[in-house]
Amino acid sequence: MKKYFSFFKMRLMAGLQYRAAALAGLSTQFVWGGMEILIYRTLWNADPERFPMGVEALASYIWLQQAFLTFFALWQWERELAEAVRDGTVAYELTRPTDLYGMWFARSLAVRLSRGLLRSAPVILLGALIPAPWGLRIRVSPAVLGLFFVSSALMLAVVCAFIMLIYALTFFLEDSRGVMTLVTPLAELLGGAIVPLPFLPEGLRKIAELSPFGAMQNVPLRIFGGDIAGAEIARAMGLQVFWAAVLILSGYALMRAGLRRVCLAGG
Amino acid sequence: MRLYFHYMSLHFKSRMAYRWSFFIECLGQLLIGLNLFLGLVFITGRFGSVGGYTARECALCCGTVLMASSLAECFGRGFDNFAHVLSTARFDRLLVQPRPLVLQILCTELRLNLLPRIAEAAVMMAWGAGAVNWTAGKAAVLALMVFCGAGVFLGLFLLYAALCFFTQEGLEVMNIFTDGAREYGKYPFGVYGRGILWVMTLLVPLALCQHWPLMYLLDRGPWWYGLLPALSLLFLIPCFLAWSYGVRRYRSTGS
Repeated sequence: MKKYFSFFKMRLMAGLQYRAAALAGLSTQFVWGGMEILIYRTLWNADPERFPMGVEALASYIWLQQAFLTFFALWQWERELAEAVRDGTVAYELTRPTDLYGMWFARSLAVRLSRGLLRSAPVILLGALIPAPWGLRIRVSPAVLGLFFVSSALMLAVVCAFIMLIYALTFFLEDSRGVMTLVTPLAELLGGAIVPLPFLPEGLRKIAELSPFGAMQNVPLRIFGGDIAGAEIARAMGLQVFWAAVLILSGYALMRAGLRRVCLAGG
Repeated sequence: MRLYFHYMSLHFKSRMAYRWSFFIECLGQLLIGLNLFLGLVFITGRFGSVGGYTARECALCCGTVLMASSLAECFGRGFDNFAHVLSTARFDRLLVQPRPLVLQILCTELRLNLLPRIAEAAVMMAWGAGAVNWTAGKAAVLALMVFCGAGVFLGLFLLYAALCFFTQEGLEVMNIFTDGAREYGKYPFGVYGRGILWVMTLLVPLALCQHWPLMYLLDRGPWWYGLLPALSLLFLIPCFLAWSYGVRRYRSTGS
């Protein structure tokens, strides 16, 4: 366990180096969040009754979504890992006395955390400064905050496990870019990146909430805003645990199978 | 111009060598456009209208902007990789070749995988066209909107490349105006409130190709709103000036 942790720490430190990039990303995130808020404000002013979620919950959803974008953005995968499988560099990784799945999982987690942590604070601060109801909600009960953190951790597990599944698939497909190109738009729609899930039509919303994509950003962001509460939280977090387990197990098995048939041309 | 077409046919042939991956990329681009449209449909479906625009009217706007940006990207994405061109000193090689610089960069890439997205934009526009009482003049205005919109996006790419001379690396901030404009241009900018509308009219004149002429198309504004897209092309002048200033100031980065 210690070696995975030190690997994790190494990546985290490396990621925290890019402070300028984080600053640049910050303004982008802020503008995107602001545009979203403006469009929903127009909709709210026109017809508040058709809003499927509270204004404050929605505003918090949008600001947190922008702040923690790198935590769950599926399009930010590490191409070099998939590349390593393709061009055979993976052989070097295999010589290490660690499990490949664990190592890469720790690495993905660290990269997401380091990028996200740097970017999130300023966006959260700016979002909180915007007057209610369109700003980020600051007064949340400790219980909600605790649930938010637990659910965020679960979300990270689901996201990383999903990406790991894609890396494992590379052992069979040789090039996983195609899969990513097709999966990313689907994940955006079902994960609540295009519009928050409550804004989807009823049938599609149910499918989305049950899918692995619904176990990503959807859960923590809605817990924080107070859009889901009580038994709904338990159900949503149960689904997160379920998907994390399924994705990790299948990714692990797939990678084992892939490694068994891997054949490297050396030289 | 003949040189340009020669380059384009080369790109076409090289893409066709990997048909399968090309097909997947096309599908991916199609899905991205579809997501944009679905977002619009879900919102307009729930609320009936957005800032006074019906679903069809929004679709017309969305299709126009998507078409303009896809056209610009299809031909002008060579500028998008410009940071890479600079950092590997490939720009030096371009400088010594006796052909216009901008032309050479336009030739570095042709994004054929955007063709399906262009078709998709056309379908959106066709569906949205039901909201308009068409006349010959209005059709011309729509064509002008697409053409000038593509011009504005190209100007943005040029500006992005010009900034690369000073920063040596890509500026993520520019995404606000390139990808962001495409994403948020799906609704007429007036929907976002007065402040945004004026910024997008005077600073980055995309609203001149979208909000204002759309008012004319929908019979909500005077006829001369339809001519405003032509004005937006003035945006290309400062972009080009910034670019040529950057080129003059350029010192090689390679070793």
